[in-house]
Amino acid sequence: MTSIIEIKNLKTRFFTADGVVKAVNDVSYTMESGEILGVVGESGCGKSVHAMSIMQLIPDPPGKITNGEIIFEGRDLLKLSDAEMRKIRGRDIAMIFQDPMTSLNPVFTVGYQIVEAIRLHNDVTKKEARKRAGELLALVGIPGAEERLDDYPHQFSGGMRQRAMIAMGLSCEPKLLIADEPTTALDVTIQAQIVDLVKKLQDELGMAIMWITHDLGVVAEMADRINVMYAGSIIETGEIHNVYKRTKHPYTTGLLGSLPRLDDEPGTELTSVPGLPPDLLALPEGCAFAARCGYRDEKCVAERPILEKIAGYDHQVACWHWEKIEGDGK
Amino acid sequence: MDTKKPLVSVRNLKKHFPITGGILQRQIGAVKAVDDVSFDIFKGETLGLVGETGCGKTTVGRTMMRLYEPTSGGIIFDGVDLIALGESDLRKIRQRMQMIFQDPYASLNPRMTVGSIVKAPLDVHTKMNSKEKHDRIQELLDIVGLNPDFVNRYPHEFSGGQRQRIGIARALALEPALIVCDEPISSLDVSIQAQVVNLLEKLQKELGLAYLFIAHDLSMVRHISDRMAVMYLGKIMELADRDSIYLHPVHPYTRALMSAVPIPDPDSTAAHDRILLDGDIPNPKNPPTGCNFNTRCPVAQDRCFVEEPEYREIKENHWTACHFAEVTP
Repeated sequence: MTSIIEIKNLKTRFFTADGVVKAVNDVSYTMESGEILGVVGESGCGKSVHAMSIMQLIPDPPGKITNGEIIFEGRDLLKLSDAEMRKIRGRDIAMIFQDPMTSLNPVFTVGYQIVEAIRLHNDVTKKEARKRAGELLALVGIPGAEERLDDYPHQFSGGMRQRAMIAMGLSCEPKLLIADEPTTALDVTIQAQIVDLVKKLQDELGMAIMWITHDLGVVAEMADRINVMYAGSIIETGEIHNVYKRTKHPYTTGLLGSLPRLDDEPGTELTSVPGLPPDLLALPEGCAFAARCGYRDEKCVAERPILEKIAGYDHQVACWHWEKIEGDGK
Repeated sequence: MDTKKPLVSVRNLKKHFPITGGILQRQIGAVKAVDDVSFDIFKGETLGLVGETGCGKTTVGRTMMRLYEPTSGGIIFDGVDLIALGESDLRKIRQRMQMIFQDPYASLNPRMTVGSIVKAPLDVHTKMNSKEKHDRIQELLDIVGLNPDFVNRYPHEFSGGQRQRIGIARALALEPALIVCDEPISSLDVSIQAQVVNLLEKLQKELGLAYLFIAHDLSMVRHISDRMAVMYLGKIMELADRDSIYLHPVHPYTRALMSAVPIPDPDSTAAHDRILLDGDIPNPKNPPTGCNFNTRCPVAQDRCFVEEPEYREIKENHWTACHFAEVTP
């Protein structure tokens, strides 16, 4: 497999009146073409901001990408002009957002909005674009797709809006689709429909997907690899089985332990992670997780661990004590 | 559990919200948010109430406390008929039933300190002097795991999980017998959810509380509940003890709902056996005739489109509303 995107030492900062928010701290990883990467973490861990940085959708000011390279097909996206970036956005890298109600324009029909995306990047007539939009809506499973093109977003249900967003994201057959919490606002039965749909589409179209979520369940079901983020950094990453079954970071162990599972013994107590995530305005010198960690010692407080490869496995972890941790993902 | 008397008995509860239209704002229809719902909650147990958005689960909780006037039906709380009570009697009995809300940002007054928030119920309902109140507040904050020195702080100084703890302290102030927890954890992060759920479980053991735990997160509800009720479009589809609902669900909706929950284990085969439902929940203004679930049911027969299934006890303590409950394997 060839890598589709390579991110090196990405740092994103927000310069606010209260100080500098260190939202993304030295994030580096590679995504292979055709793989599904799950990006997991709690609110404020930088998972969305890092995706917005890839798309260069960070509002500036106050936000700024202060360091790093994003290599996509041999080019550093951060060195491109706005016009060049516009061509990549939507055509090569598409993004779907969490809230389909706010990310669709309420005063235009769904069809108009998909046609607009198609015509922006392809030299086609309105008629051809409309035909393609109809096909896309049918592809994402909207019944009576042709007629529904003339509906406004409010005439769609939440699940249908998210399907329409996916149709729009797929309209130019992107090589990379970034999905930012696409099912968080949906009910479980609708979520199951969308997950099933995306897996099918990925099989058919073969694009790479970055699936950002806080739901470890959804990721387990669909991803090939996973990045676990905490306080703006990747703290554990690797092939999905390695991370879930041989968990080596105490935060990941804690996250997995806090989830009740439908298939575990009733009455098992949840192993919650004590305390709160750190303030991104004042990140500690050492390991960002140290304050909540049971393995903490002086070294953790003094020095920040970097991702270290576990020999023989597609698995990296940023913890000084990973060798002591016998995670089996519960 | 049969021999015990229920703490709360809800019978045939209905709450219909009128839809008005025309220049005279005449009633032209009704949203049947809660339509003929019956259940019991026993002392010290947790009844989980699950369902998707708009199924009426929150309305059940609120109507049960008479925060909404029910359209019809009966609510017996500890032998007292709540429907028949006048305002002052109702206020008295509400001491024993409290509520925790979903949004810990909206449910705490930003201009009141933590101390005064927790003190408010004591002011209204008790004759404690200020020393006793002060001690009680300290005790309550300690119970919910907050530093008692925080009494003079304001809600904005706390995180979501800590605010939810303040809400719990307030609910505990009058030593209630029942707490209605309306999605108490759905706005919190995973690691914080577990903290709050562990706290709720600890309090239940120590204080013998009963919970009506309303949520859409099935795995969390299964974790905390003794019995579970599954709602769909204003009706209870199935009610049974936790293991029966999970291991032997009979209603096709319960089956689909259970199978839709993703399991955080890449080796789990659950996704392969998933029952995918088509379509969306129908508009509650205009529910289908016959069985509510017939538009999405994978096994619906002709009968389901004409006749509404009766909500009945098919096995001991296992209630469901499906025509074919007795014949499903």
